[in-house]
Amino acid sequence: MTDVIDQIFVRAKQHLFSPLAGAPDWLMQMVSALINIAAVLAVFLALFALISVLERKILGRIQNRYGPNRVGPFGLFQPVADGIKMLIKEDIVPARADKIVHFLAPIIIAATAILTLGVIPYGRNMTPFAIDGGILFFFAIGSTTELAVFMAGWGSNNKFSMLGAMRAIAQMISYELPLIITVLPVVMVVGSLSPDAIVAAQDGYLFGIVPHWFVLTPWGATAFILFFVSGLVESNRTPFDVPEGESEIVAGHMTEYSGFKYATFFMAEYFGMFAINGLAVTLFLGGWHAPVAALQFIPSYVWFFAKLGALLLVYIWVRGTLPRTRVDQIMNFAWKFMLPMAFTCILSAAGWHYGGRGVAGWLWSLAVIAVVYLVLSRLLDTRKRFAPRTYRFAE
Amino acid sequence: MNSTAFVIIAILTLAAAIAAASLSKLIHAALSLAVAFVGIAAFYFLLGAEFVGLVQVFVYVGAVAVLIVFTILLTRRDAIAPERFNWPGVIVALAVFAGLIWAIYKTPVLSTSAGPIEPLTVKRVGQVLMLDYVWPLQCVGLLLTAALIGAVILVMEESDEER
Repeated sequence: MTDVIDQIFVRAKQHLFSPLAGAPDWLMQMVSALINIAAVLAVFLALFALISVLERKILGRIQNRYGPNRVGPFGLFQPVADGIKMLIKEDIVPARADKIVHFLAPIIIAATAILTLGVIPYGRNMTPFAIDGGILFFFAIGSTTELAVFMAGWGSNNKFSMLGAMRAIAQMISYELPLIITVLPVVMVVGSLSPDAIVAAQDGYLFGIVPHWFVLTPWGATAFILFFVSGLVESNRTPFDVPEGESEIVAGHMTEYSGFKYATFFMAEYFGMFAINGLAVTLFLGGWHAPVAALQFIPSYVWFFAKLGALLLVYIWVRGTLPRTRVDQIMNFAWKFMLPMAFTCILSAAGWHYGGRGVAGWLWSLAVIAVVYLVLSRLLDTRKRFAPRTYRFAE
Repeated sequence: MNSTAFVIIAILTLAAAIAAASLSKLIHAALSLAVAFVGIAAFYFLLGAEFVGLVQVFVYVGAVAVLIVFTILLTRRDAIAPERFNWPGVIVALAVFAGLIWAIYKTPVLSTSAGPIEPLTVKRVGQVLMLDYVWPLQCVGLLLTAALIGAVILVMEESDEER
């Protein structure tokens, strides 16, 4: 019974396939791909609508106000109203804009964000596109976002847009390094670039209650935190939202976009957020595996989306809590702290592996992280030590 | 199926490459070049070289294209000079093209059929890099480190002059 519910979507797809039994191979592949694409789009558009209204509600709670509560029960139909509003708005293109580049930028951003969603395993047998080099695919496609952001900034022919694009690219390039390097220890330990293999390697439980997730090892925990912060930067969320800082440069690279193109940017940002958190779940939080052996009867996709939802709630919480950081602080943090710590994770994972992946390895791994962290924090301590203040004229 | 895909990708890649060489606005040319890079990655995928294709997108579209675009941004936007046809350039380009064609036809590899394609394994990539090609790898590493130090020194001198 549990197996039927777990595989219900896989079987639904097979059922859709059955009329095509004798069809040529290429047609089967194409139909299969189209079904997968439709499923991914439908699920994540629904999640986008849900998260956008949830974010506004939770931010409202944090800021001691109601948030949207007019459209539908508890304001749940707010995204529908927003969508209609965005659709019927006038699409304004600046007269001096580079029309083609201005038009293509939101399309490319949305396309890359959707493509990265395709390689994440959402449940048992539920990877839309199981590529051997899935992790590499994710980052290869993700790195083209920078070009699209630049196109948006340059094509708008606006100083605010250009400034926002420059800031976005600078911080995205800086944080792409720790983001990718924190993935390396996982790839090293598993020995594969395939997301499915990484999820499979995190199967099994210690005493039936402690899962074999990488986040429960010292190197995994460190890498997860670094990955999470880098993901926050990559999706331009609040503590690191200088590219679109409303109080400084209007809306950054999105300043000259209106109506549905702006909505596309907004959607791409959320899709990117889902993708990076989905990857974090896959790499460190055991993918679709249940946290306790006794809870394995709950379907795998429920676990995946529960973990994804938990990470997204932390994103919203962080947005409601932390103020915006300065550009130089972001850069210093990336190059002086994140990058050395990311390299330490690799070393620490090696200690874990050669320590036998047991208690000894766990302690070795912890020791490496602790030593480097203490040395780094001592070196980076920039608190100026002032002499006691003396008063020359007023006693 | 494969030959149809080959023709479509080839047309797209060549169109993007010609656009990169002939468009008058530099940014447009740079973006067309990025499209051509993606086309070349598509060729790698068609040949079953998944890893190379992904690295092609990663390095060329994600890094080199962004670098080119930034370089264009930092140069001055002078009025574009009226273009004259660059005959020496055409001759050099044709000579390079002819040389490449000659070299490709002389290569015996073309006549042998490709071996079975192994599935991409990180282990294999690591073994090849760390055992067979460890010296080239170290040389590249040294070169890149030197370039990095050079870049840092350039920036440092500039800030010293300001003070």
